[in-house]
Order: sequence, then C-alpha cells, then structure tokens
Amino acid sequence: MPRRLLRDGVVVVDDWSYLAEAGDNPAASLILTLTEWQNDREAWLARGGRLGVVLSPAHKVDLLVPDLSRLALIGAEFSGPGEGRGYSQARLLRERWKFSGELRATGFVRRDQLIFMARSGFNSFELPDSDIDQAATALATFSRAYQPSNDAGLPFKLPLRPRDTAASA
Amino acid sequence: MLSGNWRPRGPRTYRYGMYRYDVVDKTLVRERVAQFRDQTRRFLAGELSDDEFRHLRLRNGLYIQRHAPMLRVAVPYGLLSSRQLRTLAHIARRYDRGYGHFTTRQNIQYNWPKLEDVPDILAELAEVEMHSIQTSGNCIRNTTSDHLAGVSPDELEDPRPWCELIRQWSTFHPEFTYLPRKFKIAVTGAAQDRAASLVHDVGVHLVRNTDGELGFEILAGGGLGRTPIIGQVVRDFLPRRHLLSYLEAILRVYNLEGRRDNIHKARIKILVRSLGIEEFRRRVEAEWNNTRAAGPVVTEEEIARLRGFFAPPAYRELPNTEPAAGKSTAFRAWYRYNTAAHKVPGYRAVYISLKKPDVAPGDITDSQMELVAHLADRYSFGEVRVTHTQNLLLADVPQSQAFELWQALDGAGLATPNIGTLTDMICCPGLDFCSLANARSIDVAKLINERFDDYDYVYDLGELDIKMSGCMNACGHHHVGNIGILGVDKGGQEWYQITIGGAAGADASLGEVIGPSVAKSDVPETLARLLDVYVERRQPEERFLDTVRRLGIKPFKERVYAAPVAA
Repeated sequence: MPRRLLRDGVVVVDDWSYLAEAGDNPAASLILTLTEWQNDREAWLARGGRLGVVLSPAHKVDLLVPDLSRLALIGAEFSGPGEGRGYSQARLLRERWKFSGELRATGFVRRDQLIFMARSGFNSFELPDSDIDQAATALATFSRAYQPSNDAGLPFKLPLRPRDTAASA
Repeated sequence: MLSGNWRPRGPRTYRYGMYRYDVVDKTLVRERVAQFRDQTRRFLAGELSDDEFRHLRLRNGLYIQRHAPMLRVAVPYGLLSSRQLRTLAHIARRYDRGYGHFTTRQNIQYNWPKLEDVPDILAELAEVEMHSIQTSGNCIRNTTSDHLAGVSPDELEDPRPWCELIRQWSTFHPEFTYLPRKFKIAVTGAAQDRAASLVHDVGVHLVRNTDGELGFEILAGGGLGRTPIIGQVVRDFLPRRHLLSYLEAILRVYNLEGRRDNIHKARIKILVRSLGIEEFRRRVEAEWNNTRAAGPVVTEEEIARLRGFFAPPAYRELPNTEPAAGKSTAFRAWYRYNTAAHKVPGYRAVYISLKKPDVAPGDITDSQMELVAHLADRYSFGEVRVTHTQNLLLADVPQSQAFELWQALDGAGLATPNIGTLTDMICCPGLDFCSLANARSIDVAKLINERFDDYDYVYDLGELDIKMSGCMNACGHHHVGNIGILGVDKGGQEWYQITIGGAAGADASLGEVIGPSVAKSDVPETLARLLDVYVERRQPEERFLDTVRRLGIKPFKERVYAAPVAA
C-alpha cells in the first residue's frame, strides 16, 4: 500500500522510500537514517538519485549542515505526543541554515500538532490514515497568528522582523 | 474576513490601562474555542486516546483532578476589568459551585466544571477577551508581574507593555509549545520584587545601564518544586529590541537540551544547574549570536503602541490626606495593613484580602466577585488586579474614599486586616482538591488561624509570610516562605515539614528544614515556639526573616524539639 502524505497542503502519494522499502530500485529517492547516511556517505553520494536523511529528536542539525546542498529532504522524527525538539530542528534548518528542500515530520504526527509543525518550517507530514484526510482542515484552524513563521500561510500580528525581512501581510 | 492590509491599531481612550483585544486577538481566541470544542468531541467519541487528549487539554488549562476536571483561566499578568470579573463570577455560579480560587500565578481556577461544559465556558470567556490557553502543560505559561505595576513609587518602568508583548509572542508559539516541561516567566520593573521572579524559569527585570538606557536583566533557572533553586543572572543588560530573540535563544537551548526522560529533572533549572551558569550562558549567547539576525526584533513603534494601552487613568488632583485619623481601630488597622503607597498624591492601592480565617486562601464566591467588580467601577476606574499572594487589589483608590470602600468590603468578609502578616498565608488547594497532594493544606491554614486569632500579637510580629504546599510540587511556594509548611505522607498519615528563612523578593532565599516533620495538630504549636524565639531575641525593627538570618536555625530548632507538644 503506497504511503500517502500531506505535502505543501495537498495529500499525495509518497515518492520517497526508506531504505528498507526501496528494494533494489536504483532510481528510488532514498530516505536514510543518520547512521545509514554517516556510515556510507561517499557511496550514497556516488549512487546518484535524490537523498534524504531523517533525524531523531536528540540529533543536532549541525551534523547535516555540510551536506545540506546534497540533500533534497530532511526528516525530523517525533517520538510521541509530547516530543518537541523537532520544532527547533525545523526552525534552525530553515532560518539559520536556509534549507529549502522538503522538511518532513515523521513518527507521531497528528492533525492537532500540524499547525505548529508547519509554522516551524515543515512542509510535509507523514500522518496516519485516521488523520490525513482532515489534515488540510486542521492546518486552517487558525486564520491569524501572533508570530512571524516559516510557512507563508498566516498573516501575523506582531511587527517583529526588521523592515527589510518583514513579510507581514 | 480580515483584509490583507490589516494593521494593529493603537488603543482608544479607556478609563484605565489594560490591553484591549483587536480583531486578531478576538479571532484567535474564537478559533481556539472551536478547535478545543472539536478536540473534546473527538475525545468523548473515542477518537482521541487519553494520552493524546491529555496533551491537548493541558495546553488549555484543563486538568483531571480528584473530584472533577479543574479549569485554570489565564489572567494575563493579573489584570482584570470589572466586566471580566463579572464573567468569572457568572462562570462560578453557572458551571461550578459558586466560587473560584485565585492562584500564586495570578490566574483563577475552577474546581468543579464538567468536561463537556468546558467548550461553552471558553466561549463565554472569549466574549470578554479571556481564555485558558497555555495555563497548564509543557509550554510557556501565563506571564506574571508586579501587582503594583504602574502605581508603585519604587517603579523604574511599567512592566505591563512587556508582559503583553511576551503574552502575544508566546501564545501558540510554534517552536515552544511542546517543551520538556512547563515554563514560567515573570517580569518586574520596580526595586522590590513582588512577582517572585527569582523562582521563575526566566525572570525579566527592567533596568537602566550606566548610560541611562532602559533594558533588561535576564535571569534563568529559578524554580520551586522538588528541587528549589534561586534563578541566576544570564545577562545583566539586554537592549530592549532584543528581548524576544534572547528569550528564543534561552528557550531553544532548553527545548533541545533539557531532559525529557525524567519529569522531575525536566525543568530548565536542572539544565542550568547541571551545565553551570557560565556554560549555560555561553550556549545561550552562542545560540543568540547565531540566530538573532533571523529572529524577532521589537520595534520602538510596537512597544510605544503597547505602552499606549497602559496609560495612567484620569487621576484627579487630590491632596494627600490621613483618612485613618479619628476613625475606628478596625479601620485604622485595615488602612495600615491593607493599603499601599501610590505614586500619585491622594491615592492608595487597596488590597482585598482573600485570607479570611475560615475560608481557603485565595477562594472567592460569585457574589463577592460581583461586589468587587462593582467596587472597582465605583472607586478604582473599573480595574481589578490579582496578586501573586492570592489576594485582589484595587490599584487606584482615592484616599478620601477608603473609608466607604472599607465599609463595603467589611460587610462582605473581604476586609480581613492581615496583608503581609502571619495570617496572609499562601496555600495550594492541597489534598482536598488536588490529585497530586499528600496532605491537606486548607485545614492547616484553618488551625493556624484559630491559634493566632489575636491581632495585637499578629501585628506585633510584623512582616511575616507563611507559605504552605500540600506536596513537593510546591504550588504554595513553601521553600520561599519565611515559614514554609510542606505536607508529607507518612504511612498514610498527613505530616508537615517546617522550613524557616525563605524569602521570595529581591533578596530571595530558600528556607532550611528545622527537623523532623510534625503531626497536623502540632503545626500551630510548632509555629508558636518559632515565633517565641523570634519575639525573645529580635532586635528593634528586625523582621522574623532577618532574625533567622542573623541567628541561624539552631535556636529555633532547639526550642521546637526541646519538649514534646502537649496534645
């Protein structure tokens, strides 16, 4: 059964495979764990094709910084309903390191946290079937926000950014 | 819907200083009510597990407690309009059992709402610009402040505009809503610390640097609970425009590095202590330097706009008078203890004591709330404040009207003349209401009140605060009470551990345990013995706290345990 996910506000069939799912398809776009990536970095780069790495909550994003231009996807795993490190990982990747590829939330991802994830910088979400069809609605729960954020979605209230970067609606 | 060109507006003219919702604030709280209504429905329909719903309801102030859910409603930095207080009274009457409980973080709790009523309660709150967002859960909680903000003579700068800025910035903050543990911020702008900022996760102090520039001293790592720690200075001067980016740096270091494996070690104070303040500071500064360019900058225009909401009310030119002269002893005592100096001549700040001997500290009935709202309209520009010591305050009362006000309060049991004295106890709800507590605290407060019912004696003791918690989560702040009382469970029985020498102000300190815990019935006698030592050995004008600091705990300890307490 192909995996569905929410990407850029639309439910799509996932065009990425985790290593275990890829079989011997040489063209597969591959998502690796950090260990898989670090153990065979040169080999993965030589392979060609799109590469992604998924971080656990405890991983520092700095580990991927030298390779950001080589990665088309970075995932952050949420280990349970109270896990929150992925939000900081996402903001750091988007704001400090200007990562512009796909930023994917994996693990415990539910509709009730989507808005925080999206505003931190995630643009794709692996949701369970019970939530995926309501996900776009959940993202529209709020029509305004206080803070500036990394999804171009909501007009925000606080005029917090310096003028040259302000994107207030 | 909202137009794309919408810009925040400045305040219109109001009777008193308070932030007023604009269309964005209103939209957000209404959308929150709808969201929570849907989450509650999904939970009741079995679509959300207990654990999933727990994370959601907690971020909306809803606990499942001993008897019923407990709902905590945010009172941002303790400010209420009379209209809001009337709504709180209405909610107490309609959805609860006719009362509410004000907390040490300036919020109000209801102990008996029904889960299925909570969305309706939130909808009623939204109509008066209130909510319960982030009043519990592992997120940034209600920002607290000085209840004398804007009126105290010892104030450098009004902290409330900054509190409001933090309130907005922290509400639904996308990065910091799933922290390792709860996160409490207090902001003060006066010489005296009336917000217990040194025992907050972050304390923000308005200060001036040597150039006369206004900015902030930032402290972190304070807290009570099982491991009480006094906050330490992270940065002694932060320019105003960087307040939020610096708070984000602190929070990011904490969010990424704070412990998540052990709930008792998850507060920022444990991280600060394990790294040491120098290393913690180094990490925060490094994070700040790396990310502040992309982080929030507070513009002067924005802070001027927010400051506009807290403009002083239309004070009249009044002479300074001595309203107590020639009046009854009861009024004179009340005026002395329950009113405080005001920076404007002819005015006083008036405390409304919620520490009547036979009532649980901080509790207030629906009709009392309505009376206070009425009195606020009549005598204090329609504004009411909640103090962190669980009393209320009318901040702007003409001295000449103090007597009338006292008569009205006295008739409603709201004029107990005990502010700052032994019977002005801070107390958590304890075992009567809280599922975490080991022991009752409310009936110990009652026993203490019965024992110390002689006001002459209580007044002679002078400034003395007693703080009591029913368990080591320390909601009653016992560690920083001059006398602290902690409920402990000993083989299924309620016992009480006593500490002395704690303080919550600018000279904050943690109390020391005097010895083995005592039985409930022995608590008043134990206190009496401690106070005997003080009365015998104090120097002129010396407070209990200072005597303990001068003598150490030894003489107190010896007296308490020298002879068994006669039952």
